[in-house]
Amino acid sequence: MSSTLPFFPPSASTVAQDVDLLYFFILGVSAFFAVLVSALILYFTFKYRAKNPGDAGADIHGSLTLELIWTGIPFVLAMVMFVWGAQLFFTLAKPPADAMDIFVVGKQWMWKVQHPEGVREINELHVPIGRPVRLTMGSEDVIHDLFIPAFRVKMDVVPGRLTTLWFTATKVGEYHLFCSQYCGTKHSGMIGTVVAMQPDDYEAWLAGGRSTGSAVQNGERLFTELSCITCHKADSSGRGPTLGGVFGSTVQLNDGRKVVADENYLRESIMSPQAKVVQGFTPIMPTFQGMVSEENLLQLIAYVKTLKPAEPAPAPVKK
Amino acid sequence: MKETEVHEEPSYLGAPYGLASWLLTKDHKRIAILYLISITIFFAVGGTFAAMLRAELVTPQGDLLTADLYNKVFTLHGVVMIFFFLIPSIPATLGNFFMPIMIGAKDLAFPRINLLSWYIYVVGATMTLGVVFMGGIDTGWTFYTPYSSIASNTNVTLAALGVFVTGFSSILTGFNFIVTVHRMRAPGMTWFRMPLFVWANYATSLVMILGTPVVAITVLLIAAERALHLGIFDPRIGGDPVLFQHLFWFYSHPAVYIMILPGMGVISELVANVSRKQIFGYSFVAFSSLAIAVIGFLVWGHHMFVTGQSIYAGLVFSIITMLVAVPSAVKTFNWTATMYKGAVQWDSPLFWVLGFMGLFLIGGLTGLFLGSMGLDIHLHDTYFVVAHFHYIMVGGGVMAFLGGLHFYWPKMTGKMYSEPLAKVASMLVFFGFNLTFFPQFILGYMGMPRRYHAYPEEFQVFNVMSTGGAMVLGVGYTLIVCYLVYSALKGPKAPANPWGATGLEWKIQSPPITHNFHELPVVTEEPYDYLHAPAPQVVTSRATNGGAK
Repeated sequence: MSSTLPFFPPSASTVAQDVDLLYFFILGVSAFFAVLVSALILYFTFKYRAKNPGDAGADIHGSLTLELIWTGIPFVLAMVMFVWGAQLFFTLAKPPADAMDIFVVGKQWMWKVQHPEGVREINELHVPIGRPVRLTMGSEDVIHDLFIPAFRVKMDVVPGRLTTLWFTATKVGEYHLFCSQYCGTKHSGMIGTVVAMQPDDYEAWLAGGRSTGSAVQNGERLFTELSCITCHKADSSGRGPTLGGVFGSTVQLNDGRKVVADENYLRESIMSPQAKVVQGFTPIMPTFQGMVSEENLLQLIAYVKTLKPAEPAPAPVKK
Repeated sequence: MKETEVHEEPSYLGAPYGLASWLLTKDHKRIAILYLISITIFFAVGGTFAAMLRAELVTPQGDLLTADLYNKVFTLHGVVMIFFFLIPSIPATLGNFFMPIMIGAKDLAFPRINLLSWYIYVVGATMTLGVVFMGGIDTGWTFYTPYSSIASNTNVTLAALGVFVTGFSSILTGFNFIVTVHRMRAPGMTWFRMPLFVWANYATSLVMILGTPVVAITVLLIAAERALHLGIFDPRIGGDPVLFQHLFWFYSHPAVYIMILPGMGVISELVANVSRKQIFGYSFVAFSSLAIAVIGFLVWGHHMFVTGQSIYAGLVFSIITMLVAVPSAVKTFNWTATMYKGAVQWDSPLFWVLGFMGLFLIGGLTGLFLGSMGLDIHLHDTYFVVAHFHYIMVGGGVMAFLGGLHFYWPKMTGKMYSEPLAKVASMLVFFGFNLTFFPQFILGYMGMPRRYHAYPEEFQVFNVMSTGGAMVLGVGYTLIVCYLVYSALKGPKAPANPWGATGLEWKIQSPPITHNFHELPVVTEEPYDYLHAPAPQVVTSRATNGGAK
């Protein structure tokens, strides 16, 4: 598949080398201690072999100094590994603001991908290199996990919520995409290919795909079809709160809590509207559980995210 | 007591006589033997499942087993090995047998409850084995929801109830041990004169009674969700699938320490004996067991770095995970230092100690890779994890169990086994184990996910190596069963203290009498006083089979 070392997966994202570096650091420390302790044990085994069966060892009970040293050194090294690993984790957890969004839905046993412009694919994921890509992922049934070894990224895909993962591919090529959370009979068949392309090739590929309308367009259509629009009006005259500018804002709930309206908040408000009711409104919204698929949800959210606040909106505006 | 014959009372093995006397026994030693037989059967069952998995994985295609069968086999391999072999392995056999003797007690505090816990184990085990004959279960031993609670159409409920029932066996054993250590110590047996094996079992018992109820409730909730469609884990009716993982790992991570802490206790005994030297840093080794037991309860979230849990929760779990590595490192250094200026006996126990140290080192150190969050993202749910926990639980746990079994075998059965065969077996197990599992670290970093029935071709070479290693490992384990059974039936008679070891258990006859001691012992010495220990008596095996050195 690729001409890298046989012991390693291809390295094809901006973080891959950082992850490998941490791997080599811990590998080095581990190898040092494994060799040190093994060598000492074997040396003692030979050096101090009993001459006669009844021999006894030296009368040594312990040493506080040594105990402190071999408590202290592993502690410091473990903390270095913790801090380094945590820093890397923060990088992996926070997508850059300019990342392009691709939606992924996992179901037994396939990956359904939808590009922002509306092109869809199954068990394949085409991405441009050199540009951050953010995957927003949902599951239609059980927990799956999207894993791209060449990019050193992985994230569970959990039913009932949305998770995200991001990467910037650096090398053109085809890479494995695995489901790494056991999900039933054909778990090992829930695999696909990531195709990293030059940006121009990616655009050409997108243009050649058959689009069924962009995610936002589909979301807008659903917003009307499902009659969301009858209550969530553009001005504040509806029975539900207006959704202009809601994404990213802080919402005051009627039980006193304040929450930030992120994707998971929007998702929950569609599927379990009674869970968090905005202050000043009554819990009259019905659930859309079972009426919208995960893909439709992602489209609705994509649409709501584009809504701008109405003229002099009283709602707090951020972003 | 009517002790007309002053020389030797019949041992616990022979008095009283008959099957009923064994099945209704209240003697902790006989119950230990009942457990030993039961867990050996389950080890063979679990091992057979492992052989099927390794046979399937020789080729990249899923050809030998169907995908469904493969999934059921790895599930049952995990369930059987963890709940019915590893968790009871050392505590219920060696712990049951020796812990009371080591502290100078006639029995455990509650002999009837001890027997009850074996029967509960048998009931739970039968229920779970029943699942095999009723079509199996395919959720993985981790029972992750919502797959287990809404998607799987296999016998999850019965298996979950089997695990639930077996949990009570663990809880009762833990409770029995704790009370025994507190209340039954002989005069002079202060806390800091207790052998480290007792400390380790005490720490393990704490984990058993505090953790097991949580997993028992958790699997019960799965059964309830399947039967009553409660919205606990199913997101469609308001549940949270990730909640299950919190509850499950709250027990199942400490459960790893249930599997390894008693092994550490065994190794402490063996290291002191093979070095014929006081254990280095006794109190550090003792307290590190407690530290592991306590800190081990606070690391469960490290199984969940990629579930989308809060980053800050992840940070806390990661730093505590790194902390729990420290007491394990402390133990390892203390064992190493114990051998310094020792008088090392090259008998078979040494071979198990060396094997344990090699495998446990690798198992422990690879835990650091997984505790480091940024790296865990790549390694999570790959073969790296599979290799890591096998190094700890099988490399560490089973090596220690076998080491302890060989060390205490003469005391338990009154018979010796072939020293050369034991040495050969220990090496077969060590090399077979490394050949099986070391390639899996490489596979994991290459990105091979676990629980894959079929896999891309570039992973084949290491999988073939792994299967080859498993065959060597299988030969090693079979050899051990053969010569130990032979020893029990026809082996030469063992002396009271073949290894020249310290401790109350070596001052009584082999095998012990039903009440362990003719009279209540009074302890006046420090533990591991090898300056005043008798010489080993296994020289006979050296003389008869000599020349091989």
